[in-house]
Amino acid sequence: MTDTQIPARIELVTKPRRSDQFFRFVVTTGGMSSLIILGLIFAFLAYRGLGVLRVEGFGFLTNSDWSVVEDENSNIVSQDYGLAAMLVGTILSATIAVLVGVPIAVLSALFLEFYAGRKIRNILIGLIDLMAAFPSILFGLWGFMVLMPSAEYWAKLLNKYFGWIPVFDVPVPFFTRSPFIAGLVLAIMIIPICTSISREVFSQTPLDRIQAAYALGATRFSMIRAVVLPFGRGGIVGGAMLGLGRAMGETVAVYTVLNVVYQVNWQVLFGAGGNIATLIILKFGEADREEINALMAAGLVLFLLTLVVNGVANILVSRLGKVGR
Amino acid sequence: MSTTTIKPGRPWEPTAKERSQKGLNLLIAVALSLVLLFVTGLNGKLGWVAAFFFSYVSVSFIAEYRRAGKPAAQDSLLTSISRFAIFLAIIPIVSILATVISKGWRGLHWGLFTQDMSEATVNSPIQEGGMLAAIVGTLIMVGLALLFTLPIAILTALYLTEIKGKFARPIRFLVQAMSGVPSIVAGLFILSSIVYPVTGERSGLMGALALSILMIPTVARTAEEVLLLIPNDLREAGLALGATQWRTVAMVVVPAVKSGLVTAIILGIARVIGETAPILLVSGGGDATNFNPVSGPMGSIPFYVWNAFLLGGSEESTQRTWAGLLVLLLWVLILFTIARYISSRSQKR
Amino acid sequence: MTNNDDLAQNANLEPNPGEKKEMKTQTTPHSLADVASSREIKQPGTKPLGSGLEARGVHAWFGAKHALKDVTLDFAAGTVTALIGPSGCGKSTFLRTLNRMHEFIPTAALAGEVLLGGKDIYAAGTDVTKIRLRIGMVFQKPNPFPSMTIGQNVLSGIKLAQLKVSNTDDLLEECLTRAGLWEEAKDRLNEHASALSGGQQQRLCIARSLAVRPEVLLMDEPCSALDPGSTFRIEQTISELSQTMTIVIVTHNMQQAARVSDYSAFMLSDGGPGELIEVAPTTELFSRPRDKRTEDYVTGRFG
Repeated sequence: MTDTQIPARIELVTKPRRSDQFFRFVVTTGGMSSLIILGLIFAFLAYRGLGVLRVEGFGFLTNSDWSVVEDENSNIVSQDYGLAAMLVGTILSATIAVLVGVPIAVLSALFLEFYAGRKIRNILIGLIDLMAAFPSILFGLWGFMVLMPSAEYWAKLLNKYFGWIPVFDVPVPFFTRSPFIAGLVLAIMIIPICTSISREVFSQTPLDRIQAAYALGATRFSMIRAVVLPFGRGGIVGGAMLGLGRAMGETVAVYTVLNVVYQVNWQVLFGAGGNIATLIILKFGEADREEINALMAAGLVLFLLTLVVNGVANILVSRLGKVGR
Repeated sequence: MSTTTIKPGRPWEPTAKERSQKGLNLLIAVALSLVLLFVTGLNGKLGWVAAFFFSYVSVSFIAEYRRAGKPAAQDSLLTSISRFAIFLAIIPIVSILATVISKGWRGLHWGLFTQDMSEATVNSPIQEGGMLAAIVGTLIMVGLALLFTLPIAILTALYLTEIKGKFARPIRFLVQAMSGVPSIVAGLFILSSIVYPVTGERSGLMGALALSILMIPTVARTAEEVLLLIPNDLREAGLALGATQWRTVAMVVVPAVKSGLVTAIILGIARVIGETAPILLVSGGGDATNFNPVSGPMGSIPFYVWNAFLLGGSEESTQRTWAGLLVLLLWVLILFTIARYISSRSQKR
Repeated sequence: MTNNDDLAQNANLEPNPGEKKEMKTQTTPHSLADVASSREIKQPGTKPLGSGLEARGVHAWFGAKHALKDVTLDFAAGTVTALIGPSGCGKSTFLRTLNRMHEFIPTAALAGEVLLGGKDIYAAGTDVTKIRLRIGMVFQKPNPFPSMTIGQNVLSGIKLAQLKVSNTDDLLEECLTRAGLWEEAKDRLNEHASALSGGQQQRLCIARSLAVRPEVLLMDEPCSALDPGSTFRIEQTISELSQTMTIVIVTHNMQQAARVSDYSAFMLSDGGPGELIEVAPTTELFSRPRDKRTEDYVTGRFG
């Protein structure tokens, strides 16, 4: 018909008032603080640690020697800084924690969400949330005084029956303060957070899918397998990664139950291990300026490691729901 | 004609017969586990738990298989395994609570709250010395940390929920990443950025700064969650009345989430009150009561516990360790209970 | 028995179930009745198809709230029964008591019996999963499993209940054909279910229910989320399915009730628990309702 004239669009922009501009400026500045703080942490640790990193080069990550040799006048003769044993130990104990803790946490979450009666459920959730608020020193000292004696016995059993598997072998029968025991303490520490993340994810499973499965004659088991687990997969993995990040950065709880040895050790039951955070606390007291810089470099490595693990974990948890919805 | 009242029933719940069958299963499992112990030579509590778990799982699996076939049996398998898992998850917390309370209460005495350790060592008789320095230090450092944390955390939460700027997604991601920063790294950061180049001295203020780095993400995330619960209508209602955004946020949004913000603060405090590693690095940890946060070393409750544990070796030091842990645990319990109470009250509304 | 006493008290509200079956279809110049009478009414008992379902004095509660009061209703084998009534009259609750989906609400409680093939599905020792296999359900919103393909969705019931099927391809084709989706879906069996339109998804859900060969199919407002075209297809499907199984359908749409059902039951709540007001062959209910309240509802005076 007739060609209608389309009127020019009006730009719908309200210029905020002066007070609002100020408000938005302040809030935005405050909002950037996490970026600023993370950036500063990286910058300062890198600045302090750079000298050591430059001297040691890539060997900082691949050598295991951490030693400062002094003569009788306290002059430093030689110094070697290598983080390999600590790095391996950190990853090893954190991996044990995840392998032990996550299955328990996921199954507990399934129990709480789909099997428990309402009263029991509320009590158990309260207890687990409380456990998440416990300070790490509590786990550390409890682990040292209560868990370690039993855990040593379990380690001996494991070694006796599964010693033919290389990781369960030991060079000499010394089971005290091993990566295995540290891993158990860490597992106990990450169970609450993994449980509550898994539980949260499971509780978001769309009700209509659950009902559809039940209406088709599914048991709880087959419903969980067909509906809940595919829906919650990303969240479970993300929760496990968050637990891994937690376990890698833990300091005092590991300090009490781990024997720090500057040698890469893969035999989890043997009482020799490493942990970057523990190394820092251990060496910090008597360290001189140069060694402190080396510790800063170690802290930088730990910072980056946890940042990457946490980043991946958060992406996985927040992506949940976009897949399969 | 009789009129019988009809009672609500729950026919899907297990009947007495099914319950007694379950009880019977349990008894058979106990018997079987004892037999297993006898045959295999396992021993100790762990051996029995393992044997019982194995027998219970298999007994209920077989019983269900005979009653209703394979799907029901698989369901019973998952039921018993998940029950066992929650049992394993709960044991440590019960054990921790029981250990700390049973070992800690002996070390409690009134002097704990009125004396400090400047005149006593960790191995002195338990009546000498106390946690005054530690408690004062914790209060000052956590209080200061809260002071630094609150504005930053709340502004972050407001940025994520009210401004919703184009950086909202990356900022949310960074806040989450920040919550994973190990506490020792926070300590190292304060050490390298302020203590060495600026003050040259460890103090309570430095401890507070390190703690606030750990506290910010917790408070910001909880605050964001409660702000997200505010319906958008409320904000639009404020704006539609001609209020500026600033006044809408200040007069409508923030008051509506007051109790939620209190919860956020409490969770933040609970997060840092037991932190040990950064205190060891940057606040120095002192035995004498120090009210001045900018000068001189300052102790804290976890530091007190740590010292008693590491430097001790005597019965007195062990008692001090557990008493200190009990005091710390009580703080956590009180904070946790308050947070629970507030959130349950606001849920009811 | 108590139920009979209650029945006697409610006799003025409810026709005797025995009497109901003998009612003859009559045509009156009433639009809905016209629609309904255009269908051939199936006489119960003429075709021995599957099992009928009988509700005997069913009450339902949510916590302290009495949601459903003393509903006694027969669903003869091979018939389509529509449950109609305004929102909140308890018709969906009633439907969910029929295949034991009611008990998923944590505070739910129940009284009465539901007989499938003469046996109470709430009797002690009954395996609830087997009951739900025999009494299928289609929900208001299409809810295919998004992680599965179209083909996997149809066979999901087989997998969930671990049934043995000799030839899954035949079953797949048969169910999709009966649900009226075969032509559209036969080349897309490996696509994800979310690729289908809403109406197709709902027919997929019907096919999914059919795969476990239920004797009764419950449908909870299956078309309320669909456009008229899809609604038409689903109604066709219902008509075809009613040749071989018993169907109970909850609907808000009286036109739909008139189009698809042999019998209609009108339920109402006056603020208290929902009750069954009247049940009759659909033409009868729409043309000569016995109860004043039914008449008000079907003539559109309220609801």
